[in-house]
Amino acid sequence: MLDAALELHPQVALRPEPFGALAYHYGNRRLVFLKHVDMVRVAQDLANHPSLQATLEACQIAPARWPSFAKAFESLQTSEVVRVR
Amino acid sequence: MSVEALVTQLKGGLDAPICLTWELTYACNLQCVHCLSSSGKRDPRELTTAEAKQVLDELRDLQVFYINIGGGEPMVRRDFFELLEYSISQGIGVKFSTNGAFIDFDKAQRLAAMDYLDIQISLDGTDAVTNDAVRGEGSYDMARRAMDNLQAAGFGPFKISVVVTHHNVDQLDEFKALADSYGAQLRVTRLRPSGRGADSWHDLHPTNAQQRQIYNWLLAHGGHDSERPVLTGDSFFHLNALGEEPLPGLNMCGAGRVVCLIDPIGDVYACPFVIHDEFKAGSVRDDGGFAKVWKESELFLELREPQSAGACSSCGSYDACQGGCMAAKFFTGLPLDGPDPECVNGFGEQLLEGVQLASNPKPSMDHTKPVRVTPVSVTLGTTRKPVAVS
Ligand code: SF4
Ligand code: SF4
Repeated sequence: MLDAALELHPQVALRPEPFGALAYHYGNRRLVFLKHVDMVRVAQDLANHPSLQATLEACQIAPARWPSFAKAFESLQTSEVVRVR
Repeated sequence: MSVEALVTQLKGGLDAPICLTWELTYACNLQCVHCLSSSGKRDPRELTTAEAKQVLDELRDLQVFYINIGGGEPMVRRDFFELLEYSISQGIGVKFSTNGAFIDFDKAQRLAAMDYLDIQISLDGTDAVTNDAVRGEGSYDMARRAMDNLQAAGFGPFKISVVVTHHNVDQLDEFKALADSYGAQLRVTRLRPSGRGADSWHDLHPTNAQQRQIYNWLLAHGGHDSERPVLTGDSFFHLNALGEEPLPGLNMCGAGRVVCLIDPIGDVYACPFVIHDEFKAGSVRDDGGFAKVWKESELFLELREPQSAGACSSCGSYDACQGGCMAAKFFTGLPLDGPDPECVNGFGEQLLEGVQLASNPKPSMDHTKPVRVTPVSVTLGTTRKPVAVS
């Protein structure tokens, strides 16, 4: 997952919230919670970097947290909030 | 973040609602006995087209992703399609609830051509007798005709919305089969004693044994692993006290926190089931509009504070059931910090025995149509239930 080149799905809108953000997919009409502000930063920056890992580095996420980010983005991919470029 | 932590966050309120219901009109061609908004007659103060569009602009700026439109019967409004199209053009998806009376084949085609649109047809029985007893004569055929038209027009998966009652709870499998036959999605929600439901609730609400039946049925059909899971609008979380496994959903009362209602005259309430002055936060017509009401109204700020469990605090099920629904307690005359009238442990029932029916709060708005006296149908010697005339 860390190697994947990802982007926010074009049909998804993010709405910032105190806990992170709400992501709404206009296609499948699902509402997904991004449960941390760092997740939101990373999600918004994905398209600017060659991989998830590069994005995490650019967003200065400590390597110890990478596995949990990898897992979180995997499930965001399943719910089509992000997708492979 | 765990689900619990997220729920704590959500209870503290969001920058904008997730689930906003907007009732466009109090006018309705039907007069269902459990109508949550006591609809019937149009209210002369209803928002104009221009005002409604202004509200939509505001919701767009707040990034409200979709709205639930209801009524009354929303399609009664002449500007219904205009508002629908405007909303969608602003990036606000629409889900609207209708009794189906006005969905002929032409309208169905028009609806089928639109994106970001969900339609929910209300049906409260899988046969005319069961349905029409609650929703009025001819309403079953009306709803089925609308479904047929949507299917013929290729609308795709619409929703069939059922309020579960004492009388239709045994039809849950049949409702599911009906929905499947249309490729539709079934939505079942809890009956609340709101609006005219305050008067019919005692006759219509499911028994304790039936509540267990609902819980088990939802566990079997509500999961996201099924192809078209049965939706509940998160309305049955009081049933979580019945077992180990919680029903799918956030399982919290969202009133004023993630949910709210805009009524036809622009008043903002904490949720669609509490149309009463005590739960009115303000109006979209006030200075600062909807955003100010959502963000600053005293009522909503208060609801976002931690709530007391009151009499429920000694119950081991409180974490699972949260004491149930505020609206259900309020309109049955029970204290808000205590058990739900349908508390599965029977504590609500005990309390209800002590409540004087006549002293229950009544909804602040009643648009019920006066009964028309048709001389032919008058049978002497029968007692007729008086109907409130506002
Ligand atoms: S006593 Fe309160 S918390 Fe316990 S089951 Fe009843 S309503 Fe739920
Ligand atoms: S008051 Fe009842 S219906 Fe309204 S949001 Fe709370 S639980 Fe739901």
